[in-house]
Amino acid sequence: MTPTNSIPAANAAPADWRDLIALTKPRVMSLVIFTGLCGLLAAPESIHPVLGFTAILCIAMGAGGAAALNQWWEADIDAGMKRTAKRPLPQGRLDRTTARDFAGILCAASVFLMGFAISWLAAAILAISIVYYAVIYTIWLKPRTPQNIVIGGGAGAFPPLIGWIAATGHISTMPVVLFAIIFFWTPPHFWALALFVKTEYAKVGIPMMPVVAGERSTRRQILAYAVLLLPLSALPWWLPGKEHAGAIYGVSALALSTVFLALSIRVGLRTRSGDDDAMKPEKQLFAYSVLYLFALFAALVVDRYIPL
Amino acid sequence: MPAPQEQKTIEQIRRSRNRALGLSLAAFVVLVFFISIVKMG
Repeated sequence: MTPTNSIPAANAAPADWRDLIALTKPRVMSLVIFTGLCGLLAAPESIHPVLGFTAILCIAMGAGGAAALNQWWEADIDAGMKRTAKRPLPQGRLDRTTARDFAGILCAASVFLMGFAISWLAAAILAISIVYYAVIYTIWLKPRTPQNIVIGGGAGAFPPLIGWIAATGHISTMPVVLFAIIFFWTPPHFWALALFVKTEYAKVGIPMMPVVAGERSTRRQILAYAVLLLPLSALPWWLPGKEHAGAIYGVSALALSTVFLALSIRVGLRTRSGDDDAMKPEKQLFAYSVLYLFALFAALVVDRYIPL
Repeated sequence: MPAPQEQKTIEQIRRSRNRALGLSLAAFVVLVFFISIVKMG
């Protein structure tokens, strides 16, 4: 699949800066920034505030650049889906070349600034995360396999790892566990959404799990991932040494994951009542999954600064 | 040739974009200055 020109040609007006900001998917970026910041703050070593700010800025720029590359590549697909049709490229408010160049500049600047100011290891992981999202997920996996979001979920799992490396300068067990938590959180989060926008994905030919394997199988897999997430989210509580998280995190993780599991059971064991089904449990799971990740990572930071 | 109203809109967009770009570059210069200070300290 390559970009084609089935979307309206961009108008003669130059790109508005607000459209360039919209290309970076600011709402998704807020979660990326937050988890990156939590990785940085939860690390056992501190970092100078200016360098900490720079590291988070680089993570945000890298995520924004990767999101812009995703929108540049998928402009035709976005045009066919109600949820994404109002984005700048499908609406013709921005031309593709500007979007591609903007994305390229953001990605390159984020990696070089991270390398120059923080560390080249953090810069390398940031570069890998950009390639993972923009190439491995967007171009390769998404149009080919219903497991796209499982493997592609790794892209969103990098920020706490990068934040941790920025603070400590090395990779250790805890950031890998944080990576794994987001990795296993992504499928139930995304499939809950995919269940209620299934027809839109089917219309544009994206092989999301509910489209290819059916709703029943997707619901069971959501449940399986939620079961795995419960012990995994509590794992930092049992880690030895300096990386060990305390009771504030441990209790919060168990409580938050239990609610996540309860909502997933409701979705997992449910049979839809028909096409007019409002899909309320699926929407609730999706909304809660966002809150879950925010709260889990916030608990990790609170725990680091208020040890019990 | 765009209509006068359209020309005005184009000018407005261009001006606001230039302002945003200018502010971003100025912020970048300030950031690099502070990074250099921290690295030297």
